[in-house]
Amino acid sequence: MITFDKENLEDEMGYVVENDVVLAALTKQLDEVSDQVKVQYRSRAVRYTWPLPYQTAESNPWVQVELASGQQLQTKLLIGADGPNSMVRKAAGMQTVQWNYEQSAVVAVLHLSEPTENNVAWQRFLPTGPIALLPLSDSASSLVWSTTHQHAKDLLALDDESFVDAINSAFWSNENHSELIDTAGAMFRSALSLLMPSGTSPRQLPPSISRIGPKSKAIFPLGLGHASEYIRHRVALIGDAAHRVHPLAGQGVNLGFGDVACLTRHLSQAAFDGRDLGATRHLLEYETERQRHNLPMMAAIDILKRLYSTKMAPFVLLRTLGLQATSAVPPLKVSCGCV
Amino acid sequence: MEARRRLVSGTTFRCVARALHVPIMFVSVRPLSCLPSGTLVQPAIAKQQQHAPYLTYKKNFWQGRANMCTASRTTLDLSEMKKFQSLANRWWNEQGEFAALHSMNDLRVPFIRDNLLNRNGHLKPGSPLSGYKILDVGCGGGLLSEPLGRLGGLVTGIDPLEDSIRTAELHKSFDPVLNNQIHYRSCLLEDITEEAAETFDAVVASEVVEHVNDLDTFINSCYKVLKPGASLFITTINKTNLSFSLAIVVAESLLKIVPSGTHDWDKFVNPVDLERILETNGFYVESINGMCYNPLTGTWSWIESTAVNYAVHAVKQKAQPESEFTETTTEEHRDQTRTSTRTSV
Repeated sequence: MITFDKENLEDEMGYVVENDVVLAALTKQLDEVSDQVKVQYRSRAVRYTWPLPYQTAESNPWVQVELASGQQLQTKLLIGADGPNSMVRKAAGMQTVQWNYEQSAVVAVLHLSEPTENNVAWQRFLPTGPIALLPLSDSASSLVWSTTHQHAKDLLALDDESFVDAINSAFWSNENHSELIDTAGAMFRSALSLLMPSGTSPRQLPPSISRIGPKSKAIFPLGLGHASEYIRHRVALIGDAAHRVHPLAGQGVNLGFGDVACLTRHLSQAAFDGRDLGATRHLLEYETERQRHNLPMMAAIDILKRLYSTKMAPFVLLRTLGLQATSAVPPLKVSCGCV
Repeated sequence: MEARRRLVSGTTFRCVARALHVPIMFVSVRPLSCLPSGTLVQPAIAKQQQHAPYLTYKKNFWQGRANMCTASRTTLDLSEMKKFQSLANRWWNEQGEFAALHSMNDLRVPFIRDNLLNRNGHLKPGSPLSGYKILDVGCGGGLLSEPLGRLGGLVTGIDPLEDSIRTAELHKSFDPVLNNQIHYRSCLLEDITEEAAETFDAVVASEVVEHVNDLDTFINSCYKVLKPGASLFITTINKTNLSFSLAIVVAESLLKIVPSGTHDWDKFVNPVDLERILETNGFYVESINGMCYNPLTGTWSWIESTAVNYAVHAVKQKAQPESEFTETTTEEHRDQTRTSTRTSV
């Protein structure tokens, strides 16, 4: 067991924000700049026409977008933010490295048995995949349970009571532990406490669940995806269109937010220098900066996922002892927490 | 000496040269050594100097005899034009012959933008140069005019080469905003000094003065079209041994960063001479900064040394009340001006 908490790190670990809240905030901001940003709801792009690399008298040097309604738009820079199955990415022909995890994630809103100071996020790695409880309020938490396709479908089909039982037992049951590993773990823990008597923070227990929020269950498949190019002339990909990760680290949307911040910075600088926004130079800088950040993160998440998926004893021992060591060595824990 | 270097032979050239000379014949050519620097120079219409060779030239011109040295009356050098003719449609290939000029925008656009804003203030968010009338002399394909137009400036781009102007017009035509901000014209600077007298807030002559024939006339024309207190921006190449080896031998022959034959070392100007010409023509030099090109990364950066490339920001002096200068006062003033203009970023 490893705990990341406030004593070792400077500020809050993070914030859990419901998607609806994020959307409401964004809509409010968009309303404030409605003279500069026009949002067309209920529209879908059906075709993209890319500009030629060289300019001729007849061809249009900008990207042309045809909407389902028949409307034609043209733009200096097309930003593809259309998710893991990005049409922009496919239409531009950008190569993607991707594989499926043979897992699906079940999400739901859960109500706790008793209201507590709900500020702890819990994650337990089961043989089928990690189950995570993320706090939403004092009495509600969000569930993300990554498991095999079949198990996920079964969970979705369960009635509410059985679903709650399944969740509670997932957090509490010890049936998959082997004695050997448990003994090794206990010995290592006592050795560490001899070497580093600074100790760990008081041990909390995960909350127990009483019921699920109505109609809040959903399922989606998991996989890894990474576009080898984030940009082309007059095209940029951000968010899941460029990279897709396993939810076990809770980093998917954060990588996307990072992309947005980086691209905004580069575009602002380009605009202040009078450059054409679709020019490749500053887009390449964005791509380099983000790939350097995203790839190590994605690799780490993938390694963790594989490490915790296996039942083979050496790896189980490695991860048990490794986790305890990381928990006991503050600099290692801080660097893991800061990433 | 100077005149011989500028020999332009052939009847075609002479006819064209004569045709282009008509507005310029009134500008006299003054030897620079007679004038103390710092004096406000009125662009004289008929100040005759007692300098025999130039009088002979004028006489021959009026007699209508084809004179090889009449080419010195204009800043246009036709041999220079020919160099750019064949490259006219390749301006906008960012990885092509003009790649170094494209990346020089990273230095020159902020240089112009920041110096204009520092002097005049009023930054409009989203459009920092809005309200500024800018003249881009020797605009070529519009590489520098377009960024300045995007920043909100009302840009007039002029270039003697029609093909370049055509390329520039085509390139800006697709962007409806740019199309209104920038206007191109195929002409010389001297052609518009009368109609555009004192209209511009800034004149930009980037990588131009090393291609003109008569620098003094050129600077004088810049003076005429600028409003008092307005800015002149020049980027050019120094005349040193280092600039010969780097800008000509290395850049043209070895690394082929610049098309072969683009530059003529004899025409390079060193900053001291340029400063003197500027001051003679009514400017004071605000800053001189060295620039350096890294061929590996394809990027430019500011450096202390002006040994190869450098940029100059000069300001047209506002009208001063007429006064008598004594010899000693003028020399003191010249010394003061010299020390105070040695600024570098």
